[in-house]
Amino acid sequence: MLEGQVVLVTGASRGIGSAILERFARAGATVIGTATSESGAAAIAGRINEQGWQGDGVVMNVGDAASVTEGIKAIGQNVGTPTVLVNNAGVTRDGLAMRMKPEDWDEVINTNLSAVYRTSQAVLKGMMKARTGRIINLSSVVARMGNAGQMNYAASKAGIEGMTRSLAREVASRGITVNAIAPGFIETDMTRELDESQRDAMLSAIPAGRLGEAGEVADLAVFLASEGAAYINGETIHVNGGMYMN
Amino acid sequence: MSTVEERVKKIVCEQLGVKESEVQSTSSFVEDLGADSLDTVELVMALEEEFETEIPDEEAEKLTTVKDAVDYIESHSS
Repeated sequence: MLEGQVVLVTGASRGIGSAILERFARAGATVIGTATSESGAAAIAGRINEQGWQGDGVVMNVGDAASVTEGIKAIGQNVGTPTVLVNNAGVTRDGLAMRMKPEDWDEVINTNLSAVYRTSQAVLKGMMKARTGRIINLSSVVARMGNAGQMNYAASKAGIEGMTRSLAREVASRGITVNAIAPGFIETDMTRELDESQRDAMLSAIPAGRLGEAGEVADLAVFLASEGAAYINGETIHVNGGMYMN
Repeated sequence: MSTVEERVKKIVCEQLGVKESEVQSTSSFVEDLGADSLDTVELVMALEEEFETEIPDEEAEKLTTVKDAVDYIESHSS
C-alpha cells in the first residue's frame, strides 16, 4: 500500500513510535526510525533487518538543530528523501506548576514542540519539490483536557496542534497534508508503571473500559499517510476510547 | 552553453507555469507572473540548485524580478 514511500519516525525505539514504525513497514514503506543513542539506533536497525523490512535506524537528537539538519541530510543521501514524517519523539518532566523548574519546562518544549518545527522544516523542501508529502504529528488528549502536573507537556502538545493547522494552510496547495493524532491512555512502558489505584482511576474515565493499544494509534498514522487521506488536512484526530469527545 | 538569463528564465517558466514569451527581464515574479509567497520561496530553491549556490534569506527577499535574479547570480558566481 505504501511501497516507495520513505517514512521517517522520530522516537521509534518504544511505545507508539515503535508500533508506527512496524505498521508502516508492514504496509510496504521504507522506514527510518530515530533514537537518541547509537545503541538505540542499532536496535531499531536490527529489528528492521530481522523482520525483513526495508529501512534503517539512525541516531538523531530532535532537541538539537544541527543533529536534525545533518540527520535528515544523511537520510536523503543514504535512503531517500522522506515522503512521510511522523513526529513522535517526546518526553515528560511532570510536576506541579508551582514547583516546575525552568529546565523541566524548557526541555519539554524543546524536545516536543521546537523539534517538530526543526524536522518539518528539514523535510519540507523535498516534499515541496515532489508536490506530495505527509507530516503526522503526535499530540495528546491532554492538549485539550489539560492534566494536573503536566503544564509543560500539555502546552507542548497544544502547541503542536496549532503548528499543525498553520503549516497545513501553508503547504496544502503543494499536495502536502499536515495532521495530528491525539492519543488518550495507551498501553506503554509509561502507563504500565502506574499502580492499581492510579490505573483504576484512569480506566473509570474511559468509556471503552480499557487502555488503547499502540497499534491502534499506528493504524491511524498509516491511514493518514495513504492516498485515501489526501483531503484530510490540518486536523487533529483523537484516539482515546471515548475519554474525550470533540 | 546557455546564458545565465536563459537559464533563469527557463526555471521561472518551470516553477511558475508561465510561457517563455511572457517572461521579460523586467518581469516581477509576483506582480507580472502571478507568483505567491510560497512560489517565490520555491523559485529561490530552484535557482540555488541550478546554480549550485546558497542565497541567504535576506538576499532572496530582494530578488523580485528576473533581472534581480540574473544580476545576483552573475555577481556571486566564480
